[in-house]
Amino acid sequence: MATLLEMRGISKVFPGVRALDHVNLTVEQGEIHAICGENGAGKSTLMKVLSGVYPHGSYDGEIFYDGALLANRGIRDSEAKGIIIIHQELALVPLLSIAENLFLGNEVASGGIINWPRAFQMTGELLKKVGLDEPPTTQVGKLGVGKQQLIEIAKALAKDVRLLILDEPTAALQENDSQKLLDLMLELKAQGVTQIIISHKLNEIGRVADRITIIRDGATVSTLSKSEISEERIIRDMVGRDMAHRYPERDGNPGDVLMEVSGWNVWHPEQQGRQMIRDAAFTVRKGEIVGIAGLMGAGRTELAMSIFGHAYGRDISGTVKMGGKAVDTSSVTKAIAAGLAYVTEDRKQLGLVLDEPIVRNITLANLAGVATRGVLSRGREQQVAEEYRRAMSIRTPSVSQKVVNLSGGNQQKVVLSKWLFADPQVLILDEPTRGIDVGAKFEIYTIMNELAAQGRGVVMISSEMPELLGMCDRIYVMNEGRIVGELTKAEASQERIMSLILKNDGKAKVA
Amino acid sequence: MADQTAGTGGKGIGAHLGGHLRENGMILALVAIVLFFTVIVRVTQGVDFLSAQNITNLFLQNSYVIIMALGMLLVIVAGHIDLSVGSVVGFTGAVAAVLTVNMGWPVYAVVPTCLFVGLLIGAAQGYWVAYWRIPSFIVTLAGMLVFRGLTLWLLAGQNVGPFPRSFQSLSTGFIPDAFGVDKPNMTALALVALAAVAILWMGLRARARDQQFGIAPEPMIVFTIRNFVITAALLFVGYKLASFRGLPNVVVVLSVLTVLYAFFTESTTTGRRIYALGGNEKAARLSGINTDRLVFLTFCNMGVLASLAGMIVAARLNSSTPKAGVGFELDVIAAVFIGGASMTGGSGKIIGVVVGALIMGVMNNGMSIMGIGIDYQQVIKGLVLLAAVIFDVYNKNK
Repeated sequence: MATLLEMRGISKVFPGVRALDHVNLTVEQGEIHAICGENGAGKSTLMKVLSGVYPHGSYDGEIFYDGALLANRGIRDSEAKGIIIIHQELALVPLLSIAENLFLGNEVASGGIINWPRAFQMTGELLKKVGLDEPPTTQVGKLGVGKQQLIEIAKALAKDVRLLILDEPTAALQENDSQKLLDLMLELKAQGVTQIIISHKLNEIGRVADRITIIRDGATVSTLSKSEISEERIIRDMVGRDMAHRYPERDGNPGDVLMEVSGWNVWHPEQQGRQMIRDAAFTVRKGEIVGIAGLMGAGRTELAMSIFGHAYGRDISGTVKMGGKAVDTSSVTKAIAAGLAYVTEDRKQLGLVLDEPIVRNITLANLAGVATRGVLSRGREQQVAEEYRRAMSIRTPSVSQKVVNLSGGNQQKVVLSKWLFADPQVLILDEPTRGIDVGAKFEIYTIMNELAAQGRGVVMISSEMPELLGMCDRIYVMNEGRIVGELTKAEASQERIMSLILKNDGKAKVA
Repeated sequence: MADQTAGTGGKGIGAHLGGHLRENGMILALVAIVLFFTVIVRVTQGVDFLSAQNITNLFLQNSYVIIMALGMLLVIVAGHIDLSVGSVVGFTGAVAAVLTVNMGWPVYAVVPTCLFVGLLIGAAQGYWVAYWRIPSFIVTLAGMLVFRGLTLWLLAGQNVGPFPRSFQSLSTGFIPDAFGVDKPNMTALALVALAAVAILWMGLRARARDQQFGIAPEPMIVFTIRNFVITAALLFVGYKLASFRGLPNVVVVLSVLTVLYAFFTESTTTGRRIYALGGNEKAARLSGINTDRLVFLTFCNMGVLASLAGMIVAARLNSSTPKAGVGFELDVIAAVFIGGASMTGGSGKIIGVVVGALIMGVMNNGMSIMGIGIDYQQVIKGLVLLAAVIFDVYNKNK
């Protein structure tokens, strides 16, 4: 096998951060090469260097592609050479048709006039290649994420792709869609398309990848061949320490029931007759960390947000009790007053006012706490912010810093500070460690333990099963809007959680 | 990240000025423009730009823009726009004229009635924007047409006037001298001196507080120069006004409103919430802020201020005309953006907006004295607006 791509000693420095530090990557012709690493390890930066988002000259090191030095001035250069990247956030125009999307910027045209019959015919061929049975005129926005992902691949094929880069392609997909996509990857490989896949899902990597390169803290740790691949080895290389020490020690000693949700039903806010949550019921005890496991789309976020001030859904019914008494959580203000807090999975869109300083974000949910009769005390506000900066070890030169300038981990600490200052009894944390590097994750876990030790209840929604297993006293498993099982710490394992999900899901097959 | 590293470096004057370029730059720009016109007008026309009469005129001519800009800032900070204010000025002026001239209502009944009409108009528009999520551009564009039409209808296409002296004094009245000296007007001098002392005292107190809580204060030299410029300008303007006819009522109203709104935006929970809402509406809502109601209230507030402006304009012209207020919305919105508000909401300061409005006003006045035609005036004002916003965007991307 010939070498298609060789990246040698790639370094990329941002102000204050060395994102990549002499990274080496070799990809052979016709292989599927996986890149693993924790969030923030530098995988995406490396792919941006490769695809020309960061042009030649803005990084150190050399890239050899097809035996020649690659000097991209931009994405168009790399695409012309057949290097195509499919980002995690799909870049399709939802209001345009499949055919229009496939040839966007690459139209089947002569003299600026589009040859539609030809375009439709080519669309049909491409769709067949990726196994998608849809008319070329279908609006992309009307398709599910899984099908949209296939269209992205078809779009890459339309550009005569030689090296296809997939950035976490299955992150947003259901199990069966993921399987389809992996099958397609193997098929493309058979047709000679070299592929790089970035993924966190070790079972998927094990299935499709020929070799794995592991990146940690901006540097290459190892490249493993198929025979060397094992989950333990990958995790050890990714994290740099053993699994056992990824979660802080704690003595779970839950007290009385603090919060009790029962008979909770929620309907989709727009689609008539689509029930998102069915008859959900769960409890949270004092000092307890309760996990909610489930696949993407199982309804975990919908459950949390509908409880927290009816921020999601319509025709919501059911009761929420705090300390045995039924409470009204029908608006966010009431939910906060009842002692609830919800830390969103989407910090940037829903959790923070990015252009405002740390101090203003921290006090946002409890402005009354730093004001007298509606008049703010800047001094008190400053003190509060400083306290949380110390307690949470938010790394920043000053609390007047805008949160947009902070790293993901520090941003998350700001969101947590905001909610702690509102002094809730129960905190619902939705994917609290998403997009956060390993070290900061450990800090967030430690904070969660402290919250529980203070006698608060913590609900943790997470897609990372090891994290749930490592942190939670009890785990509820959700699937298709229902709570399908409850496991104690002793009972819980990845296999049991998965089997609870799969048993209740007629559509998915055990892989 | 870039900001972070810049922030950790030595708190030099340069670094600080870089961070607060906009606020200090605005004041310097205003001073520079005033000096420019003073020299040019003196040389070319032989006229004193800074004469007591012209300064008085400047305030009388621009008071309505500043008053509405205060409310427009809140609307824009909340992430919206109000295109209807010009028509609301016309309409409430017409209401005032009909009530006063045709029906003989006294001024103390007309003023609250008109303010209430303004409130209703603001509420009617804010309702659709806040609770129905109709884009404010559309709602207020409709309002602009509707209230212009209603103005024409109410006045039957005629000018209605004149107003009694009591109503006129809203705009053209002056605070009488309580000390009986009159030339110069001692009340005016005393009030202005008091204001200057208050500004200095509050500035120093804020500095002391910042130091106490570990907020890096601005370098003493910047603080000193800025406050020197502001107090000097204030005392100069005060002296000039005092030596003419005293403080115009409008200036008092304007100053009180400016202080109130500055306090509201910077030091109250509600003010803070409007900024959070403009910065990230979803995050604000999930933090327990009733964003819909706040948007509604900013429009109500805008309506009230527009009706106040409408009465002042009517009082100044001493009649209500169907054309009153045409194009005012553009001056007001321009003042807010020149004053440094962000187009996407979430940022902007009252002091910036007032200075922005004054810059526009001084340019209008200066160019008129120089005899520059309305055609060139428009071109120049347009370019200044564009330059100010380009400057902002450039600074933000740097």
